Amino acid sequence: MTVQDSLPTSSPVVQIKNLHKSFGSNHVLRGIDFTVDQGEVVCVIGPSGSGKSTLLRCVNLLEMPQEGQVIVRGEDLTDPDCHLDAARQQIGMVFQQFNLFPHLSVLANCTVAQTTVHKRRASEAEQIARANLSRVGLDDKVTAYPAQLSGGQQQRVAIARALSMDPALMLFDEPTSALDPELVGDVLTVMRKLALDGMTMLVVTHEMAFAREVADRVVFMDGGVIVEQGSPAEVIGNPQQPRTQDFLRRVLNPTHVEPT
Amino acid sequence: MSAPHDTVERRGLSPRQRARRSRLIQYAILVLLVVFAAISADWGQIGKVFFEPKFIEAAFRDGLLSALVKTLEYTAGAFVIGLIGGTLLALMRLSSVGPYRWVATAYIEFFRGLPAIVVFIAFSLLPLAFEGMTIPWDPYGVVWLALGIVAAAYMAEVIRAGIQAVPKGQLEAARSLGMPPGLATRKIVLPQAFRIVLPPLTNDLILLVKDSSLVFIIGTSATAYELTGFGRELANTYANLTPLVTAGFCYLLITLPLGIVVRRLESKAARTR
Repeated sequence: MTVQDSLPTSSPVVQIKNLHKSFGSNHVLRGIDFTVDQGEVVCVIGPSGSGKSTLLRCVNLLEMPQEGQVIVRGEDLTDPDCHLDAARQQIGMVFQQFNLFPHLSVLANCTVAQTTVHKRRASEAEQIARANLSRVGLDDKVTAYPAQLSGGQQQRVAIARALSMDPALMLFDEPTSALDPELVGDVLTVMRKLALDGMTMLVVTHEMAFAREVADRVVFMDGGVIVEQGSPAEVIGNPQQPRTQDFLRRVLNPTHVEPT
Repeated sequence: MSAPHDTVERRGLSPRQRARRSRLIQYAILVLLVVFAAISADWGQIGKVFFEPKFIEAAFRDGLLSALVKTLEYTAGAFVIGLIGGTLLALMRLSSVGPYRWVATAYIEFFRGLPAIVVFIAFSLLPLAFEGMTIPWDPYGVVWLALGIVAAAYMAEVIRAGIQAVPKGQLEAARSLGMPPGLATRKIVLPQAFRIVLPPLTNDLILLVKDSSLVFIIGTSATAYELTGFGRELANTYANLTPLVTAGFCYLLITLPLGIVVRRLESKAARTR
């Protein structure tokens, strides 16, 4: 039993305090504060360029924020003394472009970090990898290489790869945006199952139906700040802020032409 | 109503006809040149100087094959040194640590800009400059070192380009799984980089096969002769170029298959992308 396990369940998995991030003169995140609780599924929505992907990439410090704190399971990742590689092991990440390792088989994709980082025995790592691949419905693809798989299958392997490290939190960065429309459903189904299993998830997405159905909380971002957040029914069903209303009108009814 | 092209007045030849005529003229000139060379050349003399069977036989008798083996050994050892050195230099060049970058850049620019022959002359003079200095595994040590030092500079640039061609997302995915930078480089980035640079690296190997001929400058003993040294020595002895030509054909025996391998790898890489 680790210290974190004995923490009260109410303590948040992710705590972000006054986060600022700039790329050169481009101030992308302008003071973000929010938390993700144990077992909570939080969907981040917003127009492109609103900083939602940058926010997600700050949670495991793929991007180094200039100001503010990122606290995951009680550990401040922005602290220079923090052992970042160890902290990242408990944060699974799924990328828009899958980023599978093309020179490794599906199975090896799921075991390479287990055996090198967690120092698990090859047989144990393989067993865990197979279990997670079966969880995403790809038990029959263990010997295939990423290039032989469809986009949807690749993304599910990426999910299994992240799960094989036993993360306490999963980050999804627009996981279905690079997929052909008919393959989106498979990936969302896997994510829905993961949410039902109690995984803590932070999802940047454009899939409003998914956010409405699966999310415990929806966060709307625009211009580097959180404009509005609440239950899906509140934010998507009955948005209060004009910017949220405007965004949702465009997203939910993309073919609508404003009368002039 | 007539289509526009019917109304265009055709003056002289169409572009296609003109291109065909210029091609025919070029072929005619080529044929004339070949015929002229065939008539004017003294084939008997050429045969005697370049392709005399008895000297070809002599070359085999006097150790052509062992010279071929030496060329292969010199090349292989130098390639290994170049590959290891080049990889280290490439990683240093891409390092976030300034001094690493400076040292690697200086090394690469220095040995890439210098004629290989100058490096070889320097190595041949080392024992004079530092008395009592010896490099182990004579003659292999000196040869491998001299060839490898230059090869590392060339290969470093090729490998650096390969590392940079691996998408940034690969490193991000590895780091997000908790892999430290060194581990991620070794397990994820380098294997992909080497796959990308396999064709240009094979090209470097071909260059290295030929550069191994510079070894004679170090002044190796007769038993250490590689192909060029061997062919030159024998050509001097018999006052006939045939042994050198024979040695030259041995180079082609190595480099032509390698060239085919490069083309295969390139077309395979083009297909998988």
